[in-house]
Amino acid sequence: MQIQPVLAALRRHRLATLLIAMEIALACAVLCNACFLVVQRWKLIQTNSGVDESSLAVLTVNGFEPNQVTDLNARMLNGLRALPGMQSVSLINQVPFGPQVGAAGISLDQGSFTNTIGVVDFVLAGPGTFQALGLKLVEGSLPSADDYLLATNLAPPDARVLVSRALADHAWPGQSPLGKEFWCDKLHFRVIGVVDHLARAHPHDWGAQSVEWTVFTPAQPGGSLAGTYLLRASPDELPRVLRAARDAVPKIAPDVVLDQENSQTIDDLRTDYFKSDRIMIDLLIGVIVTMLGVTALGIVGLASFWVQQRRRQIGIRRAIGATRGDILRYFQTENFLIVTFGIVLGMALAYALNLLLMTHYELPRLPLYYLPIGALVLWGLGQLAVLGPALRAAAVPPVVATRSV
Amino acid sequence: MFGYYLDLALRSLKRNKVLTALMVIAIAVGIGASMTTLTVVHLLSGDPIPDKSGVLYFPQVDPENPPRADHTEPYPAMDYRSAMDLWNAHRADRQALVTSSSTKVRASDTGKPPLILSLLSTTADFFPMFEVPFQYGSGWSAEDDARHSHVAVISHDLNNKLFGGANSVGRSLRVRDTDVRIVGVLKPWRPTPLFYDPWSQNFSKTEDVFAPFTSSLEINDGNFQPYTCWHVPDDTRHLQNADCVWVWLWAELDSPAKARAYASFLADYAEQQKTMARFATGKDHVRLRNVMTLLTARGMVPDDVRLQAWLAFAFLVICLFNAVGLLLAKFLRRSGEIGVRRALGASQRAIFSQCLVEAGVIGLLGGFFGWLLTLLGLWLVRQQPVDYAHLAHVDTAMFFATFATAVAASLLAGLIPALRASRVAPGWQLKAL
Repeated sequence: MQIQPVLAALRRHRLATLLIAMEIALACAVLCNACFLVVQRWKLIQTNSGVDESSLAVLTVNGFEPNQVTDLNARMLNGLRALPGMQSVSLINQVPFGPQVGAAGISLDQGSFTNTIGVVDFVLAGPGTFQALGLKLVEGSLPSADDYLLATNLAPPDARVLVSRALADHAWPGQSPLGKEFWCDKLHFRVIGVVDHLARAHPHDWGAQSVEWTVFTPAQPGGSLAGTYLLRASPDELPRVLRAARDAVPKIAPDVVLDQENSQTIDDLRTDYFKSDRIMIDLLIGVIVTMLGVTALGIVGLASFWVQQRRRQIGIRRAIGATRGDILRYFQTENFLIVTFGIVLGMALAYALNLLLMTHYELPRLPLYYLPIGALVLWGLGQLAVLGPALRAAAVPPVVATRSV
Repeated sequence: MFGYYLDLALRSLKRNKVLTALMVIAIAVGIGASMTTLTVVHLLSGDPIPDKSGVLYFPQVDPENPPRADHTEPYPAMDYRSAMDLWNAHRADRQALVTSSSTKVRASDTGKPPLILSLLSTTADFFPMFEVPFQYGSGWSAEDDARHSHVAVISHDLNNKLFGGANSVGRSLRVRDTDVRIVGVLKPWRPTPLFYDPWSQNFSKTEDVFAPFTSSLEINDGNFQPYTCWHVPDDTRHLQNADCVWVWLWAELDSPAKARAYASFLADYAEQQKTMARFATGKDHVRLRNVMTLLTARGMVPDDVRLQAWLAFAFLVICLFNAVGLLLAKFLRRSGEIGVRRALGASQRAIFSQCLVEAGVIGLLGGFFGWLLTLLGLWLVRQQPVDYAHLAHVDTAMFFATFATAVAASLLAGLIPALRASRVAPGWQLKAL
């Protein structure tokens, strides 16, 4: 196939060629960036919480006074544990994807915020919570019974804690975090162990690198550790157990109010937390599909027009010996050239669009491999769209050449 | 001539239905997508209180001491002491202290189970300042504030829930462990965005119970949550003396001169507190923003919605390029016809306007289907579990904007093709016939 005559013909249709090429270029830019956004959001949704989500639920009650917490905790723990199918009930202040309770800035120095580590989530947890969550200890040791101290505040005044590996790597890069100390104003903490993964309550409100900046803080039931209970049951029984637990609250503690919204399985909380990301993914995919459809329609429309306009020329070519395949390939080559031109423009545009998005949104740079993928998709789309008109062109009989009009 | 062009346009559109349909669909989809997102952006960036947004001000000072290194803006709230100092100075035409907390509420005589609701603690001026509409009764008086009266105003929703919508003024409501007397019931009131609460979700509902600042601080003591603290409070539940911000102040200043005077009063206060070593930063971190400036500074339109608007816009541009290409094909296909008309005396101008009329008709059709798609798009938005879903409706302005955009877009798209068509050389075309 010679490219020269195709180019010569395109030069006679500069405007139309340019229009289709621009459309392809824009489509390429939007396609690459939209796919990139979809992948980014998808990664967010896949966030590892570090806990046994499918076996866990949380139950929250409100409307009790500080002097009632000991009694409330005892009633709730005993009452809920008695429910059939319940494997364990323990105290926690917050769970991944639930309301954020214990976020605070920590620092390596006492009382100052000069040598700060960052804003972390303090996960206050009563006895048994570590096992119930299904956390994995990778270094150090678990808190002993003496380490569960009363917290009337964010955390006990002097606590021995576990940190997530992500937080340890951030705060003490290249060192063993065991025995290290940190402060939150006047509260003192000493690291005794490291857990593999534990996500904060709102993993994506604090930036991509701090998803797992959590401090697992053992605390004694009472004080600020009351009203939120971690339920564990086998995954298939969990919905039933949670329903039973919610129904049991009025009998166990008649004076408190069940927090409907925040008494759910972790799976449901997760779905809820990521709902806007899911919507965005659906929307982006919708945009990609419609955009490709519209672009394909444009190619079909213009190619049909060109085929009709060139019927006589096609007839002449056929009459002087061109095969159907030659005609087909002519239109396919033409389309390939236009799309290639569009893609070259589109890659630059995609990059520019990514830079623009990076300034307005927290987005990393577009990885380069998106560009060839985008190019392949558009080449394929172009060839597919032009196939119909090109086949019609190939079907033009040579006899057309002998007719006028 | 217009009627003739219209007739020609309709005939031409009918002749090639597939091409026409392609163009109409392309424009309709582009218009539908962009108008859906534009409507959402338009609604989200609306003025929640158009009559007064220019005279309602949100003063900010920065009590954080010592300050964080990256702290460049004051928090959208004040510590108790600063708020009280500024309020007690009575420098504004009207002013309101506001804070929000959650509490247990029940109507003792109805036998309904207790509810956990949000309680707005504020001062008497709140209601006239923010033009809060009353169904029954009214707000409380400044004396009620001063006397720590146990009174409350409840929302329309809560009145329906507890009292079945009846006039409940005079009845009593148990807030935590205290009986308060209902003095007012609101009409449905939902300013969007919820501008007076600078740290709520932008489009959340208003509180259900409103009570005097002084008395509700006593009634619900221990349930107030700080926005943030720079020292861990000794007692997290009692914030009056804590190094935390959790109260916000609104001031109504009826003239620009008063606003300037208030701004300098605020700056003086911050400087004075800095001299006393209570503040670390003085007038540099003082802000006095009115409603719209505050909302803009806060970034009212969610990031995702802005992203969607950009996407839709890019999409419309793609559709436009598409339409230009197709119109070009359509017009030039009729070169022979145009040649005949030119030979019979039609001017270039006449051909040009004829082509634009045709483009305009396509635009109107595209606009109509685009509007249907916009309705569908907004319906889809309303189905989404987002807090602004209830807002997604077409208003008249957006209805006309849809058609205007569609026609403008198609005329714009028709410009180059029409120009090309009008330049068709009649002689050449006639020879080819």
